[in-house]
Amino acid sequence: MSKLLVSTTVNGDAQEFLCDPGATLLEALREQLGLTGSKEGCGSGDCGACTVVLDGNMVCSCLVLAAEAEGRQVATIEGVAEGSMLHPVQQKFLEHGALQCGFCTPGFIVAAKALLDHNPAPSESEVRYWLAGNLCRCTGYDKIVRAVMDAAAQLRQERMPA
Amino acid sequence: MPSPAFHAPGTVDEVVGLLAGDPQARVLAGGTDLIVQMRSGRIAPSAVIDLKRIGGMSGVRVEAGTFAIGAATACTALKDCAELVAAWPGVVEAANLIGSVQVRNRATMGGNLCNASPAADSVPALVAAGATCVVAGPAGRREVPVAAIPAGPGKTSLAPGEFVVEIRLPPRPAGGGDAYLRSIPRTEMDIAVVGAGVSLVLGPDGTCTSARIALGAVAPTVVLVEDAAAALVGSRLDDAALDRMAEAVRAACRPIDDKRGTAGYRTAMAAVLARRTVNIARERAQSESTSKA
Amino acid sequence: MNAPSDQKTFRLVGTRPIRPDGIEKVTGKAIYGPDFVAPGMLHGAVLRSPHPHARIRGIDTRRAEALAGVKAVVTGADFPGGAEGTVAGGETPTDLKYASIKCMARDKVFFEGHAVAAVAATSAAVAEEALKLIAVDYEVLPHVTDIEEALRPGGPILHDDVFTQGLAETPTTPSNASLRFAMTRGDAEQALGAAVEVYTGRFTLQPVHQGYIEPHACVASWQADGQGQIWCSTQGHFSVRAMTAGILGMSIASIRVMPLEIGGGFGGKTTVYLEPVAMLLSRKAGRPVRLAMQRGDIFRASGPAPGAVIDIRLGALADGTLSGADIEFKYNGGGLPGAYEVYSGVMSTLSCYRVPDANVVGWNVLTNMPTVHAYRAPGAPQTYFAVECAIDELARRLGIDPIDMRLRNVLRPGDTDGRGMTLGAIGYAETLEATKAHPHYAAPLGPNQGRGIACGSWGNYGGPSTAAVSLAEDGSILVTEGNPDIGGSRAAMAMMAAETLGIAYEKVRVTVADTSSIGYSMGTGGSRTTFATGMAVVQAAEAVIEIMKQRAAQMLGADAAGIEWRDGAAVLGEQRLSIAEIAAKSGMTGGPISAEAAIHPGGFLPGFGAHICDLEIDPETGHTTVVRYTALQDVGRAIHPDYVEGQIQGGAVQGIGWALNEAYVYDREGHLDNAGFLDYRMPVASDMPMIEAVMIEVPNPDHPYGVKGVGETPIVPPLAAVANAVRDATGLRIGDLPLSPDRIYARLQAAE
Repeated sequence: MSKLLVSTTVNGDAQEFLCDPGATLLEALREQLGLTGSKEGCGSGDCGACTVVLDGNMVCSCLVLAAEAEGRQVATIEGVAEGSMLHPVQQKFLEHGALQCGFCTPGFIVAAKALLDHNPAPSESEVRYWLAGNLCRCTGYDKIVRAVMDAAAQLRQERMPA
Repeated sequence: MPSPAFHAPGTVDEVVGLLAGDPQARVLAGGTDLIVQMRSGRIAPSAVIDLKRIGGMSGVRVEAGTFAIGAATACTALKDCAELVAAWPGVVEAANLIGSVQVRNRATMGGNLCNASPAADSVPALVAAGATCVVAGPAGRREVPVAAIPAGPGKTSLAPGEFVVEIRLPPRPAGGGDAYLRSIPRTEMDIAVVGAGVSLVLGPDGTCTSARIALGAVAPTVVLVEDAAAALVGSRLDDAALDRMAEAVRAACRPIDDKRGTAGYRTAMAAVLARRTVNIARERAQSESTSKA
Repeated sequence: MNAPSDQKTFRLVGTRPIRPDGIEKVTGKAIYGPDFVAPGMLHGAVLRSPHPHARIRGIDTRRAEALAGVKAVVTGADFPGGAEGTVAGGETPTDLKYASIKCMARDKVFFEGHAVAAVAATSAAVAEEALKLIAVDYEVLPHVTDIEEALRPGGPILHDDVFTQGLAETPTTPSNASLRFAMTRGDAEQALGAAVEVYTGRFTLQPVHQGYIEPHACVASWQADGQGQIWCSTQGHFSVRAMTAGILGMSIASIRVMPLEIGGGFGGKTTVYLEPVAMLLSRKAGRPVRLAMQRGDIFRASGPAPGAVIDIRLGALADGTLSGADIEFKYNGGGLPGAYEVYSGVMSTLSCYRVPDANVVGWNVLTNMPTVHAYRAPGAPQTYFAVECAIDELARRLGIDPIDMRLRNVLRPGDTDGRGMTLGAIGYAETLEATKAHPHYAAPLGPNQGRGIACGSWGNYGGPSTAAVSLAEDGSILVTEGNPDIGGSRAAMAMMAAETLGIAYEKVRVTVADTSSIGYSMGTGGSRTTFATGMAVVQAAEAVIEIMKQRAAQMLGADAAGIEWRDGAAVLGEQRLSIAEIAAKSGMTGGPISAEAAIHPGGFLPGFGAHICDLEIDPETGHTTVVRYTALQDVGRAIHPDYVEGQIQGGAVQGIGWALNEAYVYDREGHLDNAGFLDYRMPVASDMPMIEAVMIEVPNPDHPYGVKGVGETPIVPPLAAVANAVRDATGLRIGDLPLSPDRIYARLQAAE
């Protein structure tokens, strides 16, 4: 079994790693790059805990081969905050108590940010359908949806021309 | 541990060559089925050939009103083609019911077809739309109806070394409309218990001049129900015609009982969904004739 | 002291500060079970039985051991025999003998996915490859997964040495009915005979999984001196320690368990599946070993909540008074005895109503399914489903409003509950009155819509807890506790400590300490943490205040008795010494300032909830849409309302999932057919409306801040609230869960 050398960009930084050709991007992120913020809840694309953004599209990193990341842009939960400055979605999750155990939270935050990046004013229904690929067993989704709606409102405020 | 080789060729011919040299290799489009099957140990391909770096295999080309959808086009990318959304909204909607946003950003039209699940959402919509697909292989290229690809659960009619390059949709006929609906217990993240794709053409007076009705998850492969279409053609889609259509749909169902639904429920829902889908397709066809008028 | 229980307003209690562990969790930095890495760690893998019931004739591990990179292989033969006794596991005690067999099969496998061997190797891939080289010689036995079939004479018997407990006469033949437990008061038959209306019905529920998103995972490291360390995510690291020690015959103090962040548990992480196996592998290999479950393993081999068959007769008088009940239920206990849901089920069945004459009998029935384990209010949702549906029918027959019906029967302060506890400041009636007054209850319904009401209660618990409060040199405060934070409890602990000390919330740092760094604390379960561990934190903080008053007295040259503690400072007349000033001088006044409280408090009170569910049914398809949901609950007093509401909302949605779509589906071969999140259909975001959580605060006078446990109660009412709404929308009483579209459709068709 020979390993593949993959050159990619993760959260804006050039990264290289060696991986088994059958390894998933999630495994490479967690084991090769030490980025354990992306979680594995199912390994089959059904829970969204491993959500990352690949070349602008959010995907389950458990359903991407690590080798496919060659030359591509990967954005993970670790890159959502700018330094120690939280993204509004992260801040609103905290303010609304939108996490209990917190295990699904990275996937939700990456997915919610992806939503707000292309839809600044989603309806409650749009938020719920967009996040339907992210399972949360603790919250019943109520506070998560409220946090995302509130983050959207804050981002709209911030983006308004002065 | 048998780990597959990984290839990311740049041309269709390279893929043909790789597949010819390694019959145990598998093409990778979106991976939402393939990687799950590999991880569960259900399949152990000798090599994985990524199609997404091949020019023309991702994205929609519009050529004189016809559509060529690269087999590696992600479901969500269909929504970026305004002409396709206007012409075949049922196809675009069907593809965008699969899984979740994360899954649809990866899952492809070619993959949904070639995974050959009887419950694949995009396939009844494509079959109703009269879609064809271009297959490449050692003997060159051939174009076949989409309906000819699935051969049974998990089985295709593709010959060894063949793979689907693109899916083609005709121009939307004047007075035409299509739609797709499915039944699932949740609102998202489910496999269709039943799916119904419908494509209609209405004359200026509202008479149905052509119809195609395709069902998913009621038989080992997608079913094009010609009797159901015949029940509509020549009618103005009145209740009596819809009743005859529904009866023909029920008669065409050969479902199984499984964890996702009982056979009886599937048959009953096929008729309910077909009716609802016809009504949406009719509205679309009528708005088409209105806009033309 | 700043927190007398009669005080109605607080500085911090009831506010919503950001949780102390929040930033780590929204940035992906928090380390959960599967994230932990130990230097030199090996990767383990577990071989699981493909058969639901089989005798193991032999296991040949030689080829696996010979594979390059394999460092250890263990089977049931490596486990010491004779593990016995029980360990407090959180919500229910765990029987060590069966906990050991649950970790690794011995001579038989009792369910698909039962562990039969494990490997540790230099990589996960090598470990997986090694599993394929282990040859297990199985004698496949007939299996049974259905409750009623398991009780049928002549069917497969799982255990030759299990005889029904709780019968008047000791049985002489083994049985799959491992336990009968009954509670009788008055004369149920006579009361039912005298009732004006008697509802008779049968209810069935399928097993459901806790569904935590984080897979079970641990790293164990056995050292040559016989000491062991475990890093894992668990609801109770002290019980991981005790169970691992008990199963492996080690002394408890020789094992140190480090709790990692936990990604959900709901009762399901109050036991061990992996840790003793990982420890044995580590002992053989001489290196740390990681073991983790995959999602399929979790469904197949970790504890679901029991499915049930429940027969109920419930009688009422014309005024709605519940007069008599006869209830018999059978719980599907899975493959191994030792489940306690039957006890809690019997005690919970009528726990919030006065029913003077009642007979409640529960049976635990063994089948070839994973052994059940605690799931949020274990044993209660099933029987409450039957009781609350029966009350709904009686109210309809008697023409009484369903809330009035419950108000007539609900327990009031001074009444005795199903456990025989006389209850003090319970807020059941207040909760029901608030339900009746809620705008939701009067809101109009649309076409094909129905509204259901149901109540539920859970007894809650206190349990042993230890907490320490100490001053840092600058006067900032460290709280050390022993309860994993599964849903924001660090915030509650910090708030209670800061409230008691009279200081800012931000001055307090809370640590969940390992088993060697704080005294024993029962696990996070039983809705006990904020109540019991919170009380320990308050008591430790109060002890620290006493020390600080003495130190201040020394500094001021005054008598400690004259010192008051006010707003975070020792006050004597005009003189004031802050915590920082006292801390700064502590070296000269007697040394470090710290106190610990180790308690086992009584005084806990049950939780009670009333839920209103509106749903709409598509009459052509049987699809159900929950359109509005309100959950009201007596919470005592909410320390951090966000996390109390969150418990109510999350529990309600778990209950809705149980009612609508969740179920274990077995095929004829006894294989779980839906061992994944795609086909085990937990609610997704688009399935749910907002869940309005209404906190009714009837404070518990036996807790310094009025806390009652809140976590478990909210999963109890939804099953019947949903079923009663379906009844309201369709006229159909469907007593079988889940209320999936095909089931509702079939019943609608049959009714036509």
